[in-house]
Amino acid sequence: MKIVALVKYVPDATGDREFSDDGTVDREVAGLLSELDEYAVEQALQIAENADDAEVIAVTVGPDDASDALKKALQMGAGSAVHINDDDIHGTDALGTSKILAAAVQKIEPDLVICGMASTDGSMGVVPAMLAERLGWPAVTYGVDLKVEGSEVSIRRDGDTASQTISAQLPAVVSVTDQSGEARYPSMKGIMAAKKKKVEDWELDDLDLDGDDFGLEAAYSKVESTSPRPPKAAGTKVVDEDGSGGKALADFLVNGKFI
Amino acid sequence: MSNVLVVAEVSGGVVSKPTLELLTAARRIGEPVAVVFGAAGEGAATLGEYGATRVVEVNDPAFAEYLVAPQAEALAQLAGAESPAAILLASSLDNKEIAGRLAVKLDCGVITDAVDIAADGTTTQSVFAGNFTVQAKVTKGCPIVTLKPNSVAPEAAPAAGAVEQASVTISDAAKGARITSTQEKAASGRPELTEAAIVVSGGRGTGGDFSEVEAFADTIKAAVGASRAAVDAGWYPHSFQVGQTGKTVSPQVYVAAGISGAIQHRAGMQTSKNIVVVNKDEEAPLFEIADLGVVGDLHKVLPAATEILKNR
Ligand SMILES: Cc1cc2nc3c(=O)[nH]c(=O)nc-3n(C[C@H](O)[C@H](O)[C@H](O)COP(=O)(O)OP(=O)(O)OC[C@H]3O[C@@H](n4cnc5c(N)ncnc54)[C@H](O)[C@@H]3O)c2cc1C
Ligand SMILES: Nc1ncnc2c1ncn2[C@@H]1O[C@H](COP(=O)(O)O)[C@@H](O)[C@H]1O
Repeated sequence: MKIVALVKYVPDATGDREFSDDGTVDREVAGLLSELDEYAVEQALQIAENADDAEVIAVTVGPDDASDALKKALQMGAGSAVHINDDDIHGTDALGTSKILAAAVQKIEPDLVICGMASTDGSMGVVPAMLAERLGWPAVTYGVDLKVEGSEVSIRRDGDTASQTISAQLPAVVSVTDQSGEARYPSMKGIMAAKKKKVEDWELDDLDLDGDDFGLEAAYSKVESTSPRPPKAAGTKVVDEDGSGGKALADFLVNGKFI
Repeated sequence: MSNVLVVAEVSGGVVSKPTLELLTAARRIGEPVAVVFGAAGEGAATLGEYGATRVVEVNDPAFAEYLVAPQAEALAQLAGAESPAAILLASSLDNKEIAGRLAVKLDCGVITDAVDIAADGTTTQSVFAGNFTVQAKVTKGCPIVTLKPNSVAPEAAPAAGAVEQASVTISDAAKGARITSTQEKAASGRPELTEAAIVVSGGRGTGGDFSEVEAFADTIKAAVGASRAAVDAGWYPHSFQVGQTGKTVSPQVYVAAGISGAIQHRAGMQTSKNIVVVNKDEEAPLFEIADLGVVGDLHKVLPAATEILKNR
């Protein structure tokens, strides 16, 4: 079985994330493998470990630095990686990204594609659905529990009003949430082994895609302005002594006419 | 004036509040046409009251049996017939997936999690954990926009709300992800987290006992939320998690008790109108965005506040 784990390289959420002048996410700041995609890699590895003959291929669409995301996936245990990188890709939106990923998936021909639930920067959570739509494959999304049995994949999804199980025939696109189980840390052995693993670099040409269809100019939506949230005026702070904290809280609600 | 398709959520004849918000927003752009998967029942009157010129019921057994692909296919067919000026859905996991599929099918741009939309289709989004506001616009095809609940104040504006049925054909390709079992969850009896005017959340600082958080919340008719640390510890169900991988809430008042204020938690509550923080560590980062900060033990502060308010 061939499993593709889709991973995205994103700016570190704990750093200062910014926008560039062209309205795209500034990728000059320190980045990493989107934490939510670690769960995808983890599930891919677990399925592979439980199958007789399975390989995990980490795939990313992103700039040069995105190789760091692939490196992490390889260190965790993925067998090989594909880095799709092309000058024409800068500024590509979810629709374009899903088109590139669909072409890559068609070239790799996996049985299963596992995604994170959302990227931690754009966080639209739509790429898995778009990818499935383009491939004509079923999508089983937001799994908190993932199982592959024979030619069927099934997940459990923990919704607001109900918990559901959903299943589909392979090939399929799956996404998993951060409730799906801790992602492993790379071991020393994994880190050493990753150095010898193969990373293929593909450009749009390698996927028979036309650069004109991608990038900022070809995007389906346009960012018109970005503005940092105005700093909040300092509030009041009270130190609780003999119930003064509870009283301050009650007064706040009453005086503000919130209750 | 052109039509705006609004995907309406009606359950047992009751129209969801986010749907009323969508209708209100849709009126800025054109004439709202409500699309209901299943029967609108008595909800049709409500949809009309909030501006739906027509209520289009679409029914197919596939909607209940399979994950969202059939709904996306049905909407694509309706959009083909109606040529709408925009398609609006409430932000939810299912709807975002529908929106994504629809965008591919119709070759249209999509914007998710908008907090506002103007007459010309310009959307406002809050990104990077609420640290930035972005204005964007779909530039190709019919804009597909998902709007976060609690973004627009619903306003009634009576329209005809004439009910009609549309028939759609669902392909086998859309019947790939079968829902094999559904276990309904018991309702908490509290206000819905994303719709509540006041939310009281507990974190690791509760030490695992949410009874004080719940008692305080019930006294002020608030919804209860939790940090991921509390959810991961098994203290509260995941459906109540606030943050990046949980719910985004934007209530009048958000009370965070025993929550430190990690960026991923802020992502789900930073846009709340008023923030109250109860934490025994005066250095807790969440105090930075608090309108009222109470430095103290939540096991003392919350019961004291509950006592005062209960006897009010
Ligand atoms: C990809 C990703 C997604 C994430 N998504 C989310 C998310 O959606 N939501 C979320 O919440 N987190 C999320 N997190 C986790 C987040 O980073 C934090 O770990 C989490 O929010 C911490 O929860 P906490 O504040 O309850 O716990 P802690 O950080 O441990 O803070 C507990 C606080 O309680 C205080 N305290 C202790 N005892 C008391 C007492 N008796 N009275 C008053 N105060 C007390 C302490 O001083 C401390 O400030 C995510 C992380 C990642 C990597
Ligand atoms: N540029 C990318 N390269 C590889 N995978 C991606 C990329 N963008 C999104 N994905 C995958 O799609 C998921 C959802 O992304 P998004 O729709 O951007 O929130 C992510 O968790 C990834 O698994």
